[in-house]
Amino acid sequence: MSYSVTEPSGRQKWVAGILVVFYAVVTLLPLLWIIGTGFKSPEDAIAYPPKMVFQPTVEGYVNLFTTRTRVPEDQLKALGEPTTWYDKLVRKEGVVITGASRFAERFYNSVIIGFGSTVLCITLGTAAAYAFSRFKVPLKDDLLFFILSTRMMPPIAVAIPIFLMFRSLGLSDTHAGMILLYTAVNLSLSVWLLKGFIDEIPIEYEEAALIDGYTRFQAFYKVVLPQAVTGIASTAIFCLIFAWNEYAFAVLLTSGNAQTAPPFIPTIIGVSGQDWPAVAAGATIFLVPVMVFTILLRKHLLRGITFGAVRK
Amino acid sequence: MLHSPIDRVASATPPAIAARVKGLSDRAIAWLFVTPSIVLLLAINIFPLIWTIRLSFTNFRVNRPNAPIEFVGLRNYINILTDSDIWQSMQATAHFLIWTIVLQVLIGFSLAYLINKKFRGNDLWTTIIVLPMMLSPAVVGNFWTFLYQPQIGLFNYVVGFLTGNDPSSFSMIANTSLAPWAIVIVDTWMWTPFVMLICLAGLRSIPDSIYEAAECDRASKWRQFWTITIPMVLPFLMLAVLFRGIENFKMFDLVVQLTGGGPGSITELTSINLKRAAFEQWRTGYASAYAVILFVTVFGLASIYVKALNKVKQR
Repeated sequence: MSYSVTEPSGRQKWVAGILVVFYAVVTLLPLLWIIGTGFKSPEDAIAYPPKMVFQPTVEGYVNLFTTRTRVPEDQLKALGEPTTWYDKLVRKEGVVITGASRFAERFYNSVIIGFGSTVLCITLGTAAAYAFSRFKVPLKDDLLFFILSTRMMPPIAVAIPIFLMFRSLGLSDTHAGMILLYTAVNLSLSVWLLKGFIDEIPIEYEEAALIDGYTRFQAFYKVVLPQAVTGIASTAIFCLIFAWNEYAFAVLLTSGNAQTAPPFIPTIIGVSGQDWPAVAAGATIFLVPVMVFTILLRKHLLRGITFGAVRK
Repeated sequence: MLHSPIDRVASATPPAIAARVKGLSDRAIAWLFVTPSIVLLLAINIFPLIWTIRLSFTNFRVNRPNAPIEFVGLRNYINILTDSDIWQSMQATAHFLIWTIVLQVLIGFSLAYLINKKFRGNDLWTTIIVLPMMLSPAVVGNFWTFLYQPQIGLFNYVVGFLTGNDPSSFSMIANTSLAPWAIVIVDTWMWTPFVMLICLAGLRSIPDSIYEAAECDRASKWRQFWTITIPMVLPFLMLAVLFRGIENFKMFDLVVQLTGGGPGSITELTSINLKRAAFEQWRTGYASAYAVILFVTVFGLASIYVKALNKVKQR
């Protein structure tokens, strides 16, 4: 009789399944709470006991994108009836919309800086990874370790000179400066991860291309690049997620112009104190892309977060 | 150079093709491809680091650019190492590091062990468990302050419901004895999946044949666990601890948003302390020395640890 001794019994599977599902539900609860709070009214958000069932509203989302103020009764009358649906939504208790908030701007900054640094990081990273994978680069191991070690530095430790450097180069609080900075931060991940992916592409493909008369460079972009597309895509998403979520540099080195969303979301306040539905709405808009990517990426997840040091 | 197969093939092909194969020489391409990355890293990582080291011996203050810069030798370093506040943040950081690692290793390994039982739907549940670590720590930290609100916060409500205490009777982030645990809980929630994934990779790397051999030798399940499973997963586990250790040593965003270092300075980890000195008190030289000490500490500890890791791997 042949069987795998590690194959668990039916009962073991049941127990394991129940414990894991329990943990997953506990993990999921705060996330669902964030998403749910985004659709609560401010009163429901701070109700006691916490409300599981509530009348959903997009008031939090409206508050997220607008600034509002409370006006006295007589001024309110002078303003006349609310004309738009979002005006109607906030008009209760005399609150009126006075303009747009800076969330859209911050989110736009996140997108520009996130994608800009990702593109740059992938371009530089792919080239370097290809060279490290295929050629005899002098001091290869030392260079690779050097690239990895740049990740060990606490952001605050280099923030002061970067702050000074950016100021004298006119890069402080600019998109270009942040793109360069995030590219440097993510480059170690990009090189290590892509080197792993390129190492797995058989070298014979390029040899065949070279025999067919391609130059090295042609062989690289006509043969190797198409083979590495999956690896490049997942590396890109990891770079994007790290740049997307970064906070320390964003809060220390940017203020008005190029600040991304993570430092902004916690500062969202309403007419009276922290507006939790609006914060939750901002967090949700900000979390959703990452959640989608995570689900798409689950196969490459382990590699991505460990720089390819562990393969599943 | 006739070492690589490519060169041999190239030299065996007719001259016309061989000439085209050359194009840019391999060496030129290697340099062309590697240089931009190295230059960028030198400019944005190494150059600032050297600058930090230089500033650490001065009394420079960013907010007083016109004041003369004086060389003060090791004074900043001496001031830091004799400052009791800094030792307190070191302690807070150590406490945070030890507890997060212990909890994450225990829970992460247990989860990986359970998930490895390959029950139905385990891919879906694994993906759900992994979600928190992909989120922005600052946003997550901020939202957890809401979950930790007395009475209205979900965390307090659930704990109150389970233990029978009044949910408004305790505040995780305003109480000096609870605040360190508040950050340990959130960090564990976020990063246990990381340890779990690595352990899972470790468990899946153990060939079945080893267990079959042990079964033939009539080794008990318990014995198999301690003499096969644990030693085989250990290198993976140690790698997970290394990554978590480095990350949590640098921990900033989550804690800044969650407790801001408070109440008092009970959760003021070294990086928060450093940020205060550098960007609130603007003691640039002093903060640079502090940064150098932290970097040397993490680099030193990591190097010693990697040596130990390599020994375990070789066994």
